[in-house]
Amino acid sequence: MEVEAGGRMSVGEVAVLGVGMHPWGKWGRNFVEYGVHAAQAALADAGLRWTDVQLVSGADTIRNGYPGFVAGASIASALGFSGARVSSAYAACASGATAMDVARAQILAGIVDVALVVGADTTPKGFFAPVGGDRPDDPDWLRFRVLGATNPAYFALYARRRMDVFGATDADFAKVKVKNAQHGLHNPNARYRKEVTEEEVLGSPMVADPLRLLEICATSDGGAAVVLASMDYARRHGMTDPVRVAAISTVTPRFPNTVIEMPNFATDSAVATAVPPVAFRDSIAAAAYEQAGVGPDDVDVAEVYDLSSALELDWYENIGLCKEGEAERLLHDGDTTIGGRVPVNPSGGLSCFGEAIPAQAIAQVCELVWQLQGRAEGRQVEGARLGITANQGLFGHGSSVIVKR
Amino acid sequence: MTTRTRVPAVEGWFTLDDDDPALLGTRCTTCGTVFFPREERSCRNPECDGTELEEVRLSRRGTVWSYTNACYAPPPPYVAPDPFEPFTLAAVELADEQLVVLGQLVDGVGVEHLSVGTEVELVLDTLFEDDEKETLVWKWKPVGA
Repeated sequence: MEVEAGGRMSVGEVAVLGVGMHPWGKWGRNFVEYGVHAAQAALADAGLRWTDVQLVSGADTIRNGYPGFVAGASIASALGFSGARVSSAYAACASGATAMDVARAQILAGIVDVALVVGADTTPKGFFAPVGGDRPDDPDWLRFRVLGATNPAYFALYARRRMDVFGATDADFAKVKVKNAQHGLHNPNARYRKEVTEEEVLGSPMVADPLRLLEICATSDGGAAVVLASMDYARRHGMTDPVRVAAISTVTPRFPNTVIEMPNFATDSAVATAVPPVAFRDSIAAAAYEQAGVGPDDVDVAEVYDLSSALELDWYENIGLCKEGEAERLLHDGDTTIGGRVPVNPSGGLSCFGEAIPAQAIAQVCELVWQLQGRAEGRQVEGARLGITANQGLFGHGSSVIVKR
Repeated sequence: MTTRTRVPAVEGWFTLDDDDPALLGTRCTTCGTVFFPREERSCRNPECDGTELEEVRLSRRGTVWSYTNACYAPPPPYVAPDPFEPFTLAAVELADEQLVVLGQLVDGVGVEHLSVGTEVELVLDTLFEDDEKETLVWKWKPVGA
């Protein structure tokens, strides 16, 4: 640790040697197949052999049985056990970032020099349902049983609140979808590569008012991987100016959290304790900025978790691109479109990918690395030097990663 | 004529009193924080060391924080009627407890009847039923509706 000017604690950086993905889609094949494909792509990108890897850090999937709970080992085994260290982590939508955090910590601690981070998923059709069996002490089971509250229901509560408090409109939300569909049009890893019009979005069936089918992210199969290494290892490997991971934030909420979160029935009560000055979703990015010693003004490009079209607007504010209530203006001014001031979701986002949970936070980082290396063909953000990811999942999980040149 | 048994969807989360239904939470006897669903082990306020929690009835009335509906049947374990009828959901803010709690709206209340700030009150209603058993749950109903 070193203390930078301004008194900020700065954590050491690690180098990104390579990134790779298996395209997103819906094939129903074994998740290990997607993970192996992504891992091999990332290793090839890094110019490394599988046997060079000293740690495999896997992000788990909970919908694929025992092999999914030990994803790191399942994928390492398929690549051929090589004696590498292994870790498997689950943190809902932040699983991929948590797996990266494990790899970074072991690299910075000097335990390993080079690590493979990988996540992959195979998802069922339709709404995400809780894991099977009768489990009346599991809030994720109970919210379906007692309320019929699906994931889109929670996204819709945020969207409606945004309309009532800030005056957002159906057309604003539809414009987010139109933008992301354009961004993802030429992304070879995106599942949906089709332009849509505002009329088509607004004409699609209502799922959870005010959100329509084309505004809610699908569930997808896919895989993503990154190869991380110490700065020394990167230099020895001939990389003088690698993309570096400057921050990984995986903070929990602070009590009392007064925003209703999946899969909860209620918020915390603020009756006896002051509400924290920074709300949970804001605190995820704030912790990353602090760790990297940068701020929102330094951001050139962002990948945020657009579980719904409306939620992307919330994220503009949560990662500090604008003040609360100003996200619609940013969107309308074209600031968040490729070519604008700070493009958001140049990959096409979840809107074009759908969600492959353990792979998604890693995929966000893959996109930023391609952007910072000038390799994002057909969707390049010119001159991008620093990017941030942000996401949030169930049970107090969220993550933000900052990468820079 | 047979009498069906009435069972709560979750044991201990609400009273079965039709005339004066209420959600049942717990309150930390040290710091006063209220918990719903009920916390039994110890206070979850990280600044409080309290370990004694007492049962408390939550306010029956609140105001809508936000709302939505389910246009398609949620997957199991939700027990959906066939054919499925869309239902409305609201997150309701309780002023005294300073918390927001979810619940379905009673039949006939659509999103078009709600806005942020609408005053609602808690009622007991059917979640699902068969010939032997009626499973009850709390629902919200606009005040005066």
